[in-house]
Amino acid sequence: MAKVIVTTPLLRSVQGRCSAVIGTMLVLSFVLFTNVPAIPQPATAIPPSTLQETGLYADPDTLQVDPAHLAFAPQYPLWSDGAAKRRWISLPPGTAIDGSDPEAWVFPVGTRFWKEFSFNGQRVETRYLERKADGQWLYAAYAWSADGREAQLVSPRGKRGAYPLAGGRSHVIPGVADCKACHQGGPSEVLGFGTLQLSPERDPGAPHAELRPAPDVDLRYLVDRGLLVGLPKALLDAPPRIAAATATERAALGYMHANCGHCHNERGSLQSIALFLRHNAETSNEPALASTVGQPVRKPAPGQSPDAVLRVDPGHPDRSGVMQRISSRYPALQMPPLGTELIDDEAVRLLERWIAEKGASIQQASAHEGR
Amino acid sequence: MHRALPLMVTIALLAPIPAPAQDSAAGAQVKRGEYLVSIAGCHDCHTPWMMGSAGPEPDMKRALSGHPQDLAISAPATLSAPWNGAMNPTSTAWSGPWGVSFSANLTSDPETGVLRDFTEQQFIQTIRTGRHQGQGRQILPPMPWPAYANMTDDDLKAVFAYLRQVPPVKNKVPDPLPSKP
Repeated sequence: MAKVIVTTPLLRSVQGRCSAVIGTMLVLSFVLFTNVPAIPQPATAIPPSTLQETGLYADPDTLQVDPAHLAFAPQYPLWSDGAAKRRWISLPPGTAIDGSDPEAWVFPVGTRFWKEFSFNGQRVETRYLERKADGQWLYAAYAWSADGREAQLVSPRGKRGAYPLAGGRSHVIPGVADCKACHQGGPSEVLGFGTLQLSPERDPGAPHAELRPAPDVDLRYLVDRGLLVGLPKALLDAPPRIAAATATERAALGYMHANCGHCHNERGSLQSIALFLRHNAETSNEPALASTVGQPVRKPAPGQSPDAVLRVDPGHPDRSGVMQRISSRYPALQMPPLGTELIDDEAVRLLERWIAEKGASIQQASAHEGR
Repeated sequence: MHRALPLMVTIALLAPIPAPAQDSAAGAQVKRGEYLVSIAGCHDCHTPWMMGSAGPEPDMKRALSGHPQDLAISAPATLSAPWNGAMNPTSTAWSGPWGVSFSANLTSDPETGVLRDFTEQQFIQTIRTGRHQGQGRQILPPMPWPAYANMTDDDLKAVFAYLRQVPPVKNKVPDPLPSKP
């Protein structure tokens, strides 16, 4: 019978240590009592031990980024507790992204991505993705030294306390399992570099919109240079944008596309809960509207108020399930469930406004029909 | 030949009909899952314990049904140093710095079984990532998912197949409690 062995003060570190102790006992049980092979997973590549070795910088002394890499900024950034971000992609010479499926671009072997996170001007971490020869993506994160001179590989379990945030919380560098929980939740493991995010028709109301680095890497840029092939021509002739009744709705759906759609989409493993917050460039309707407005909450999360019976209750942000989830950082209730420690107040205000306006527009439409 | 015919018919009728290979494979998978569940300690937390004639033992009439819904717990344990965690007598409620966690109902009950909404893929991802349905909230201590994450896909599929046919026990496990402020 397992016994409690808990010695550390913080939730997640406690889980890790307690689990490790119990887990060790269980693993020993496996070894002693079974002949089951102990190594089930395919061997994964080991990331370089320093960020410098990934090839991001042309000059590691000055931290000058290799000019061959393309800097880019998605139109709807992911909220990461207010971190300022810089992103780069590197494609092997002579290769191109296959955009035949606008929702699931296929990147050539050797593609590399970097995303740098800074708080108050201080680099804290840089995340790294590389497509290996076997087609798998390699995940790694590098934590910057306090003097901002170098960044070392973080344990696959991640790192807590990477930077102090408001309310006694701190930035968490996610472990590989958490990285994959989001990146493997939809049609493509690459998030933030896709059809809608790089549309030339950018949303002026997008929350936390970032300055676009020069040159402006968008769909047209990539296609013109032969870096993106196979993209349906219609998406160049009429750049994708979210079909919305109002500017508020466009921004709200865009926010959910970037912050929720990587898990809540029509192709991932959570499709069975029928909450589709990812924009689809090839359909004229918005699945996020059809699957939220007036749709019932299927299974309330722990801590959720019982009056939230609808995911989006038009005119009533306070009793909309979506609002209760994004307005919380209680671990069992919060959305997104990882990658953020602080509530995104700007997004909360945006979605509240959208739901309130949605109620008003429905009322107006009803009044109009009643005349 | 015609004399032998009745005998042949009789033999044909009495001979056991071989089960389709698919059923046999499914049965073997469930048996494998049962075996894995028995050695991996799943009953240690997911089956309520009771005091038997030889000491504490899992109450197999409620096998894998999680923390009993009628066993109310309203606050984390109060402990003094050096203790930092506690469990209740049924071994289904665990108190620590994270608050209180209650072991889940893993039976096939369609109303209260936690796996009722899980696909096989989600179950595997849950064990791999330590997150509900593979992508959601964290699974709380002391669930030793980091150890189980090393299981093969085939083994996890077997566990899932077994759990899906465990006799249903209607038992709505309470939500976890937050830690003391």
